Amino acid sequence: MTSTTIDDAPFIEPSTRQRRNYLNDEYGVLSWLLTRDHKRIAILYLFSVTVFFVVGGIFAFLMRLELLTPEGDMFTSDTYNKLFTLHGIVMIFFFLIPAIPAVFGNFILPIMLGAKDLAFPKLNLLSWYIYMVGGVFGVIVIITGGVDTGWTFYTPFSTQYSNTKVFAITLGAFITGFSSILTGLNFLVTIHRMRAPGLTWFRLPLFVWSMYATSVVIMLATPILAITLVLLMVERVLQVGIFDPALGGDPVLYQHMFWFYSHPAVYIMILPGMAIISECVAAFTRKRIFGYKFVAFSSLGIAFLGFLVWAHHLFVAGISVYSAMIFSFLTMLVAVPSAIKVFNWTATLYKASVSWQTPMLYVLGFIGLFTIGGVTGLFLGALGIDVHVHDSYFVVAHFHYIMVGGTIMAYMAGIHYWWPKITGRMYPEWWGRLSALLVFVGFNLTFFPQFLVGYVGMPRRYHAYAPEFQVLNVLSTAGATVLAVGYLLPMLYLGWSLKFGRKAGTNPWGAVGLEWATSSPPPKENFHHTPVVTWEAYDYPAFLKAMKETQDA
Amino acid sequence: MRSNPTLHDLQHPGHEGEEGHDEHHHPFLQHHFEDLGQQHEASTLGMWFFVAQEILFFGGLFCCYFIYREMYPAAWKAGSHHQNWQIGAANTIVLIGSSLTMALAVWGAQGAKRKFTTLMLVLTLILGGIFVGVKGYEYAEHIHEGLFPGSAFTYVQHDNPQLTRGVELFMTFYFTMTGLHALHMIIGAGLLLWFIKRTWRGDFGPEYYGPVEIMGLYWHFVDIVWIFLFPLLYLV
Amino acid sequence: MNDFPLFPEQASSVSPLVDGLYLGLVAITGGVSLLIWIAIFYLAVKYRRRPSNELAQEQEPPMALEMTWTIIPGIIFILIFVAGAWVFFRMQRVPANAIEVYATGRQWMWKFQHPTGQREINSLHVPVGRAIKITMASEDVIHSLWFPAFRVKADVLPNRYRTMWFEATKTGKFHIFCAEYCGTMHSGMIGSVIVMEPTEYQQWLAGGSEGSLASQGEKLFQKYACNTCHMDTATGRGPVLAGLYGQSRPLTDGRSVVVDDNYIRESILNPAAKIAAGYQPLMPAFQGQVNEEDLIRLLSYVKSIPAPQTGSALAVESPQSRGTSAGAQPAAAGAATAPAPQQQQQ
Repeated sequence: MTSTTIDDAPFIEPSTRQRRNYLNDEYGVLSWLLTRDHKRIAILYLFSVTVFFVVGGIFAFLMRLELLTPEGDMFTSDTYNKLFTLHGIVMIFFFLIPAIPAVFGNFILPIMLGAKDLAFPKLNLLSWYIYMVGGVFGVIVIITGGVDTGWTFYTPFSTQYSNTKVFAITLGAFITGFSSILTGLNFLVTIHRMRAPGLTWFRLPLFVWSMYATSVVIMLATPILAITLVLLMVERVLQVGIFDPALGGDPVLYQHMFWFYSHPAVYIMILPGMAIISECVAAFTRKRIFGYKFVAFSSLGIAFLGFLVWAHHLFVAGISVYSAMIFSFLTMLVAVPSAIKVFNWTATLYKASVSWQTPMLYVLGFIGLFTIGGVTGLFLGALGIDVHVHDSYFVVAHFHYIMVGGTIMAYMAGIHYWWPKITGRMYPEWWGRLSALLVFVGFNLTFFPQFLVGYVGMPRRYHAYAPEFQVLNVLSTAGATVLAVGYLLPMLYLGWSLKFGRKAGTNPWGAVGLEWATSSPPPKENFHHTPVVTWEAYDYPAFLKAMKETQDA
Repeated sequence: MRSNPTLHDLQHPGHEGEEGHDEHHHPFLQHHFEDLGQQHEASTLGMWFFVAQEILFFGGLFCCYFIYREMYPAAWKAGSHHQNWQIGAANTIVLIGSSLTMALAVWGAQGAKRKFTTLMLVLTLILGGIFVGVKGYEYAEHIHEGLFPGSAFTYVQHDNPQLTRGVELFMTFYFTMTGLHALHMIIGAGLLLWFIKRTWRGDFGPEYYGPVEIMGLYWHFVDIVWIFLFPLLYLV
Repeated sequence: MNDFPLFPEQASSVSPLVDGLYLGLVAITGGVSLLIWIAIFYLAVKYRRRPSNELAQEQEPPMALEMTWTIIPGIIFILIFVAGAWVFFRMQRVPANAIEVYATGRQWMWKFQHPTGQREINSLHVPVGRAIKITMASEDVIHSLWFPAFRVKADVLPNRYRTMWFEATKTGKFHIFCAEYCGTMHSGMIGSVIVMEPTEYQQWLAGGSEGSLASQGEKLFQKYACNTCHMDTATGRGPVLAGLYGQSRPLTDGRSVVVDDNYIRESILNPAAKIAAGYQPLMPAFQGQVNEEDLIRLLSYVKSIPAPQTGSALAVESPQSRGTSAGAQPAAAGAATAPAPQQQQQ
């Protein structure tokens, strides 16, 4: 029995021969809309989430324009309220939550496992359709007048007072939730049952570990959101008082239910980002991740602890002092596994061979910005400070450092890293570096002033504000402009590269991992023969030795 | 056992391997699974995960139910008095019966007893239909009595408006919980129709009975939810 | 307020604590973050890929190192928790001699009622150096009352009283914001708190008012004919209210309840919810008939009725020792209320 090992063959070999791959295997619109190939479904998701990202980004940019002046003279307050609500809903439910799992998880995860597809390909396609149905509800709401409750739908405002399209948008979010659930279910089963021979749990790439943790959180938290939204819709339609105190309900219970999902949802958004970062750190330092097991288990630790901290969103909402204490304490604990990850990624750089290519620039940006986002979480977890900064711009800055500085930086790293694998073409490197720099500078200029203006006392969701906050708001808007350019550039040059980009070989980065052992773009079945894995994850020494020997030879 | 491919093969999938997919395959083996065993394990695990998230879905609802029950103990008592527990109990027995026939159907599918399995699935469908029908009758009664929450709610306790509101909340939970349960039953009934067709066609046998087993898991889960709902809503 | 503040004014007794904690955290986390940033940049430059550095050197992660950066941050985080909780406790414990002001939030304004009877909209006058306790509820959706200069904030819930307190340490005019999104004019739900010297404050209090809050409540007590059942002797059909506030009372269903703001509120709006032991559920519900401000007046009155002279000393002391007796404050507020209850029950 011969087995495939890393030193069997040279990895880097430019492919010139036109081969059958998943892109040219079939043509026509229906071959996409009815596909069951996880890679094509990933592309469908890539298009859809990009559309929603642009829509959400436009809302954000309009808000920043409005906030240039304190008077609130560009839009009416109703319009502004709809803008931030839709920005939040679109970005969270239709971009951040599906983005990395549904695009990169779908595309890369089965290949990393040496599988031909996810366990349930039809379910996978179904989940895209469900996502699109939810998305259509979102688009209808946007076109027919929007919604003004904030993405949190706090009662009783959302059920009794708002006269906007609350029912339609909550139904949209409810439906989209099932799309995540099905994706998570598919990943869990695939990771459990579809690993290639020899691919033991501790040989799995860290991407898989993080996706596993993400899927667990999706499966356990999303149903709670679903039932909460069902009760919200029931209350809205029947006008009964489940959460409305005037009719005998309890609005704080709604907040508990909502955050029992929505805090873990933060981890649904950031864990996949960490997944990409772990892959890229290894690939661009040519090194096994420092403390592999610690990084792997910290993902599970975050997933577990993430369920125990929801009430830290309620410190000033009317929970008892003692429950506030408990949740504050648990919040401090959840910071530990995140710190472990940051330290291990940083330590991986030591005596590494660090490439400064675009994905790595995003990775370095991620580690820096996620650190800021993480430590400001400690401020919010500390009860005495939270009372002051809760619902201020400090919070806005904090979660954007996690969501944008974390998840979206990772998403950008991932898209550059796997672009050659997905499309078979290289993106233009210098444009990539320029946009990474713009995103980093623009991001910090946008969101760092918000920490300051928040502590000084500017509440969030304010359409008009006190004049002394203006300077910091102008800085923030200026930063948003730079950030917008930073996000637009990749859309242009990545599109350009589809036609004009240099052809990518099987393994343009010299990275290890099963996805780099199949051609770019991969064939429809990913591998012609199921690979047998005999090496550890990120076994760069063996790989580099093999590479060097072939070069010498 | 066939020899494993080299990495070179992995990178050059253009040429077909000697041992491709030309071995005889079971007609229901999906292309991306190695064998029926893997396919069976994967789908069973998938259903267990699905049931896990369903438990949380209903769990959230039960959690709210208990919180409001704590807030409105008198109303919960009054509300459950409006339920006809005899009908509920009879319906529970019907549902348990359908679980039995479902279990027998799984057993039959494993043993390739085509007619027996079909019969059992049909019986399950009928019992499930009876359950949903009786539920519909109960709903009609409640609506007739003005117990449907919202504008149609006409039940009033003049001396204690809080009790009125509490009963309305109880009925809201009653309709939401049993409604979601009934929705699961109806989806299950739709699936049963499809399974009856497949069974009659002779799709299932000792080699391939996973889907029936998974259907059974789903059906039992929905029954178990009712086992919890019945005492909470009818008996308190 | 200068044109471009980077730090909010410190104007309350807890502000220095919050700021101290904040700046301490900025120093610790900023220092650590800076170290991480420097480390990333230094390592990424030093070990950049060059022809001479194509290969990384592997290290086995030393367990001791992993444990160090697990345990030490863990300890630091827990210390941060302890410090935060300590400050939080200081913010939550209301001092005994606080002046009791009432606030009502509605879309989109703040209404304040002083114990001496003054009403204000979107502004609040308070003396410097005195603890102010705010009891508040909302008429509609959830709001959140935030005094950035005082570093305190609390959500204002419909149909439920919550309290917060502060002690201003600086005279001047400071922002009041609504911090919980509440609809169209959320950003217009703002106001000012005006902190005055005690003498100025006395002058301000002397300005127009229709009698103390409790005496206003007393009038309502008669208007709604509460006094026909709630008499000062146990012969009435309702419980005697004198000296009741702060006491624990048994209910008909065997439980007992502490008579606090929320219980009084509930007993007016929805009396059947918790019936005092020994009484019949005869009282009509006032839900929808008494507005929030009148409710506050009634509440203030009920709290102010002193225990009858024949009662034990304990009953008299109890409300005072809890620092919640609205009228009977040493400052300006108290005088008007004391004789009132005796008259109305005739």
